[in-house]
This record gives sequence, structure tokens and C-alpha cells, in this order.
Amino acid sequence: MALVTSTPAVPDGDVRRTRAVRAGRTGGRRIGSHIFLLVLVIYFITPLWWLTVASTKDTAGLFTGSGGPLWFDDSFSFFDNIAGLFQHQDGIYWRWLGNSFLYALSGGVGATILSVLAGYGFAKYRFRGRNAFFALLLGAVMVPMTALVIPTFVLLSEIGLINTIWAVILPSLLSPFGVYLMRVYTQEAIADELLDAARVDGAGELRTFFQVSLPLLRPAIVTVLLLSVVGTWNNFFLPLAVLSDPLLLPVTVGLNNWQALSNAGAGGEQVWNLIVTGAFISILPLIIAFLSLQKYWQGGLSLGSLK
Amino acid sequence: MATTIAPVTARPPSTPRKTRPDLKDRRRQRWGWLFVAPFAVVFLAFLILPLLYAFQMSLMTSTLATGTNFVWFDNYAKAFTDPIFLGGLLRVGRFALIMIPAQMLVALAAALVLDNLSTWASKFSRLLIFVPYAIPVVIGALMWGFLYSPRFGPAGDLFGLLGLDSPDFLAQGSIFASLVNIVTWQWAGYYMIIIYAALRGIDPGIYEAAVLDGASGLQIALRVKVPMIASSMVMVLIFALIGTLQFFTEPQVLRAVAQGAIPVSYTPNMYAYSLAFSYSQFNYASAISFALGIVVFIGSYFFLFLTRKQSGLK
Repeated sequence: MALVTSTPAVPDGDVRRTRAVRAGRTGGRRIGSHIFLLVLVIYFITPLWWLTVASTKDTAGLFTGSGGPLWFDDSFSFFDNIAGLFQHQDGIYWRWLGNSFLYALSGGVGATILSVLAGYGFAKYRFRGRNAFFALLLGAVMVPMTALVIPTFVLLSEIGLINTIWAVILPSLLSPFGVYLMRVYTQEAIADELLDAARVDGAGELRTFFQVSLPLLRPAIVTVLLLSVVGTWNNFFLPLAVLSDPLLLPVTVGLNNWQALSNAGAGGEQVWNLIVTGAFISILPLIIAFLSLQKYWQGGLSLGSLK
Repeated sequence: MATTIAPVTARPPSTPRKTRPDLKDRRRQRWGWLFVAPFAVVFLAFLILPLLYAFQMSLMTSTLATGTNFVWFDNYAKAFTDPIFLGGLLRVGRFALIMIPAQMLVALAAALVLDNLSTWASKFSRLLIFVPYAIPVVIGALMWGFLYSPRFGPAGDLFGLLGLDSPDFLAQGSIFASLVNIVTWQWAGYYMIIIYAALRGIDPGIYEAAVLDGASGLQIALRVKVPMIASSMVMVLIFALIGTLQFFTEPQVLRAVAQGAIPVSYTPNMYAYSLAFSYSQFNYASAISFALGIVVFIGSYFFLFLTRKQSGLK
């Protein structure tokens, strides 16, 4: 191997050598690497494959499908299941899905706006109390958010916000980690000289922020947005605690309730096929969002570890 | 960028750098508060206020007979001698010891292998390994609940191929491992992406020197690459530690299918939840939440302190 790549007669020898150097290994072992990856991919994908297949089955097919749990049944009931989601409890599933969208987008977008503003403020201004506040914020990154759920519940119920959409949206606006990421990124991406130049040219602080800084922050904004949307979309403990009206539940809590009922309940309450199909549909939006925004988050997720 | 800076330096020294902290500048720095203010409001309302309130609640008891009384740290004394709370704390500690290394190992191995490859297959695998992160934890736990279930899951068939009886994943003895598996599946891909991005940031010239010195691929991975991404690893570990100590969603969801194996007080968070919402003991639940918060906070600070060399934090 070493002989081949160092022979000048091989036209792309240089390219290959740098690649081998980058890899730090020889070609033959790549097969082993690919087998390792294949095993990992099978492990990570099997549950999703199961879910995809299971969403095309009716309840009987889920238990005793002709193709087994990991293959399609003879009958294809995906569209029947979707129709079932529209009928069961007057189509409450779609309401849940809509709620999830509402909570995730308003909470996520709101948290991102606050993070971008605050991160920029921390990074580019030396105001009084900055260091103390930022130290407090760094400590807050380590406060487990679930420890806040019960006191938040009690506080919200005292001002009568419990069991309203605000009980989920308002606490979701808090994202100390988002602020931290934005501060780190702003410091790296925007030079003070650039801002000074804009100011000398007569731009005010707001105009400098919107027209000079904001465009440069785009990759970090997308990353923080994705992280906070995922965080809110995933949230389970908070809505579980603060919402009791079935019409306000996000899809995660709703499906969990169906599952608990189906396990405990009699035949009429067993809606396994609807749970599975509902779960399948509910994971599509985020998967699509991640796949279509890859170029932004792939670099952005490592931001926090910059020194 | 260089062109926009040039006029500034070329300008006559009307705003020399030395007199920076002048009045105008100080007035400008106040803009910082305006930028930070909206976040500060949310921070006060949904972090500081609940924390203070929880702390205040945790210092009181409330019973029908005697009303609300101030009892100082009685609830904490009760919590730290409550075998249910301590048992839960011990359990999440055990989860941390097993689950975090499991996730890190999978994530690190995957990232190191992916860093060595640049084929379409490796790019595709990177995405597929990451995909579970995009799935809500509840849905992931529901899905694994089905997969573990002897009624729905493929385990019976798979073990049947080998002529074996499938183990009961939801039994008391195996639920721990089943939960470790769910969490690893859900988070390893996310950690892998963070580590992978850090590996990509290393200058490949460093490997060249190591290769010339005759280092093998494994040696380069363990002796050159891993030390260089230490700060990312520390960050991943902190995330995993905070997440594990507040373990709630997965056992709560699996409880529906494995009632015998997961009691309501399986983790400290589940205990606090059931105290508050099943027994209306909000004062004691606040004390449990607060105590857990303190444990997590001290735990992660202690960990950051231990790894301050690796992470480069001071």
C-alpha cells in the first residue's frame, strides 16, 4: 500500500496519500469500518423500520401479521389507520399534532429570538453587571429543567394560567444554553472592528445589529432554532403537569395517554394501530426539518465546545 | 470584510482607541442591557422566581389539620432520610455509571470511524445514526415499548431463529438494561455529531506527523484525536450527566407496559411528580425537586472541576 501510493507514476498518488494520511490507516481496513457502520445503522434504524411497517397494519396485523413484526402484512391498512385517526374521539389526534406545532414553533422561535438578542448583548457590549449575570446564566445551564416543573406549575396556577397554552409556551422561552451558544458564536463570527466601522458610517446600534450582525449569525441562529424547537416538541414533563384539558395536549402526551388506556382498558379503548400510525406521522416533520437543514446544524452543534 | 475595515484605520484619529471609556462609549455599552433585557425577564420569571418559590415551599408543610407551617429544613431532613428518594437517587446514579459510558463509547467509536471515511456510505450512515435524536423521547420510548413487548415485538421471532426463548425485556431484572438501551439509542447519534464536528476541526497535518512516526490508525485515534477533542467530550458528558440524573420520560412511558418492574418512585423526578400530582404533597415534592436540583448542580460542577484541564475551562 505504502509503495503504491508513493509511486509517482500513479497519477492521483498525492490525493490518495493525503487521504490515507487524513484517515491514518490503510485501505484494506475500510471494509471493517464499513461493516461496523452497517451494524450501527441497523441498530439505529430498526425501530424506525418497525414503526414504518407497523403503521401499515391494522390491530390484528400488529399482533399476528403474516410477515412478522419486521415485515409488511398481507393487508395494507395505512390509509384506513389515517381515516381512523380522523374518526377516533372526533379526530383529536390532529388537534394534538397542531398543538405540538403551535407550542414548538412559538416556544422555539421565541426562545431563539431571546437567545440571539441576549447572546449579542453579552458578546458585544460591556455593560454593568454583565459578568455577574452571565455567571448566573452559566449556572442555570446546569439547573435541571425538570426541577422547575413543579414550582412553575404552582406559580402558574396562582395567576390562573394553568391549563392554557401559555402554561407550555411561556416556560419554553427560557433557553440559557441557547444564549450561551449565541454568545460564543457571536464572539467568533463578528469582529468588533466591523461594528465600529458600521458605527463610524453612521449606523445606529439597532441598524448595526439587524443589517451587519444578523446575517453573519445565520448558521448559529438555525442551530439554536432547531435545538429549541426540538426541545419544545420533545417536552413531556411540563405539558403533562400543567395541562389537563385533552384538547390542549401536545401529540407526545396525547399518544402516551392512548397507550396507557390501551394497556389498561377494555377492547373498545385499545387503539394500537392508531397509536402506531400516529407516532409514525408525528416523527415526520422533525426528520424532514433535520434532513433539509443539514448544512446548518452539522457544524453548529459543536459550537458549545469552542473555547 | 477587510475593505470595510480599511477606511476606519485610514481615517484621521478623531476617535482614538486610547480614550475608549469616554461618556459616549459608556452610553453605548448600556445598549447591552436592552439586548439582554427580554431574556432577563424570562430568566427571572421562569427560572429565578420558580427556584425561590420552590425553595420557600420546601421550607413549609401544609396539612388539612394544622394549615401551613414554616418548618425550616424538616422537609430536607425527611428527604435525605427517605429510603424512596435515596433509592431513586442511587438508581439514577447507577444509570449514570452505565448509561453515560455506553452512550459515549458508541458515539466516540462511530465518530472516529466516520472521520476516517469519506464515502457516500459513511455520509449516509452519519445521518441515519443521528435520526433518533429527531424523534421525541416519548415516541422513542413508546416504540421501544412495542419492540420489547412479547405481543408485538420481533424479539420472539429473532431469538426463535436461533432456537432460543426470548428474554422478557420488561421484567424486573431486565428493565434497567432495557432503559439503558433506549437512552443510548436516542442520544448516541447526537453526541456522535458533536464529537464528529470536533474531529473535523483538527488540522490533518497533525496526523501526517504521527503517520511518519509510524503510528497505527488506532494509536492515532486514541493518542492524537481523543485528547484533541477533550473539550467536546466534556461537554457531551455534562449533557449526559444532567439528562441522566433527571431521568423521567422513558421510565414514565414504559411504566404503562411494565407496571410490575417500574414503581411510581423509580427515579427522584418520578417520585416528585407522583407526590405532587397523585398525593398533592406540593411542599415535600418541592423539597425533593430542589434536593435533586442541588445534587445535579453540585454533581456537574464537581465534574467540571475534575475535568478542568481537559476542557480548557478555568
